[in-house]
Amino acid sequence: MTSLTTQQGEKDRLVEIRKLVFGYAERKIFSGFDIDIRRGQVTAIMGPSGTGKTTLLRMIGGQLAPQSGQVIVDGLDVVKLSRKELYKLRRRIGMLFQNGALFTGLNVYDNVAFPLREHTQLPETMIRDIVLIKLEAVGLRGGHALMPNELSGGMARRVALARAIALDPMVIMYDEPFTGLDPITVGVVMQLIRKLNDALGLTSIIISHDVQEICAISDYLYLLSNGRVVGQGTPAEMQANESPAVYQFMHGQPDGPVPFHYPAPALVDDLLPKPTVAKC
Amino acid sequence: MLRQQVQGLGRWFINTVQRLGRGNLFFLRVIRGFPALIFRQPGLLISQLHIVGVLSLLIIVVSSVNVGMVLGLQMYNTLVDFGAESSLGPAVGLSLVRELGPVMAALLFAGRAGSALTAEIGLMKATEQLDGMEMMAVDPVRRIVAPRLLAGIISLPLLAAIFSAVGIFGAYFVGVGMLGGDAGAFWSQMQAKIDWHDDIINGIIKSVVFGIVVTWIAVFEGYDAVPTAEGVSRATTRAVVNGSLAILALDFLLTAIMFNG
Repeated sequence: MTSLTTQQGEKDRLVEIRKLVFGYAERKIFSGFDIDIRRGQVTAIMGPSGTGKTTLLRMIGGQLAPQSGQVIVDGLDVVKLSRKELYKLRRRIGMLFQNGALFTGLNVYDNVAFPLREHTQLPETMIRDIVLIKLEAVGLRGGHALMPNELSGGMARRVALARAIALDPMVIMYDEPFTGLDPITVGVVMQLIRKLNDALGLTSIIISHDVQEICAISDYLYLLSNGRVVGQGTPAEMQANESPAVYQFMHGQPDGPVPFHYPAPALVDDLLPKPTVAKC
Repeated sequence: MLRQQVQGLGRWFINTVQRLGRGNLFFLRVIRGFPALIFRQPGLLISQLHIVGVLSLLIIVVSSVNVGMVLGLQMYNTLVDFGAESSLGPAVGLSLVRELGPVMAALLFAGRAGSALTAEIGLMKATEQLDGMEMMAVDPVRRIVAPRLLAGIISLPLLAAIFSAVGIFGAYFVGVGMLGGDAGAFWSQMQAKIDWHDDIINGIIKSVVFGIVVTWIAVFEGYDAVPTAEGVSRATTRAVVNGSLAILALDFLLTAIMFNG
């Protein structure tokens, strides 16, 4: 019975991150943590700026390799995959970049059609139907002939979302989907993320630091800080969490475990430097 | 102080060697994408041939007319003192076919098409378009870089040939049309003195080599650029400066090998 439950649990997890360690020469970013992303859920990974949230997304997509630890996506260890296998896996992953990352030389229609033309042998009439359906889903069928420079920030992100779901992926990763958007557009994007996830049976991973929006649409949250997972739970559990690191982030306190000041010597030492002794 | 300078020199040397290594691996990765490009997506190549090659035609033609006219004027005035104005044709032809055609076309190409390639690829990197492509399981080296490199390699020899041909007509216009040289002597001497293999083929080889090097430097600088506005600007400058220096250095080397006998 126990092993059956364990197997069920393993099947239930789409992404498993185990003992992830990563850093640059003088800076440690991840110092070994575990994260599970469950199928069908909207999971948010939050944390202050500079905690490596985007780096984590890139590792799930195989664009960066960890120094140690495992990143398992749908049972495949991303680090050990060959380039061909990795590309095969990526066809089942959609990613929405912070600014949309639309191809500036192509119009909206061709941007959404791009992955279909690259990865399928579908006739152009069928590609047209799929593109228009995807654009309809994000409310921009009428703007299919626009160029990316004619789109607002929110529209660009919606087009990028249509492109991300063009190949019907199993998971979509959102990198800061609400940054720089007006409140109405934030509402539209929130609704789209949740509705697409439920209607298409996707799994969604959202990287963000917008607490209110994330709590409204997520099923489960992880909070990263200083290279570790400092809190996890449902939005209600995280809101009620009293641990200092979680409380500071969830309630937007300016000072706490994440200090207001960048590490520096005492102010008095900087303002009143010790006189240097002249050497004979 | 001295230690810091030595450390700085060492760091610069290591960085330079690393970049050279990265550049070479990048080149091998790009050329591996050529067969698929030619047989599966020739449309990408044709579109880049238009952007890189056809749109460079104007500056090539305008420059070559001017270079040819100046050559015709200067050489005619010098040769006429020795009664050797019938040598104007071969003198101009050899200068253009062997040296000025390949070198000037490559320098102009580095400034016009090379800088555009670096800026375009660098900006695509800065705006996460290349990352986006990677995440869509499309290799940006195959999809973006390979068509541009191959288009550069094909275009430059053709542009150099056009440069030489138009330059010769420029010299003809001044030397024969304006200054009164003999048209028959101009063409017949040129035909007699310019060798197909030694001069024309060697000139074409030069421009193929320049095409590979200039476009390679341009696409690599763009792909390797720091993804910021300043990074792209620096990469574009480096592409033009390094491309031009490489052309001049290689020209000396190739000339020494080809024409020393």
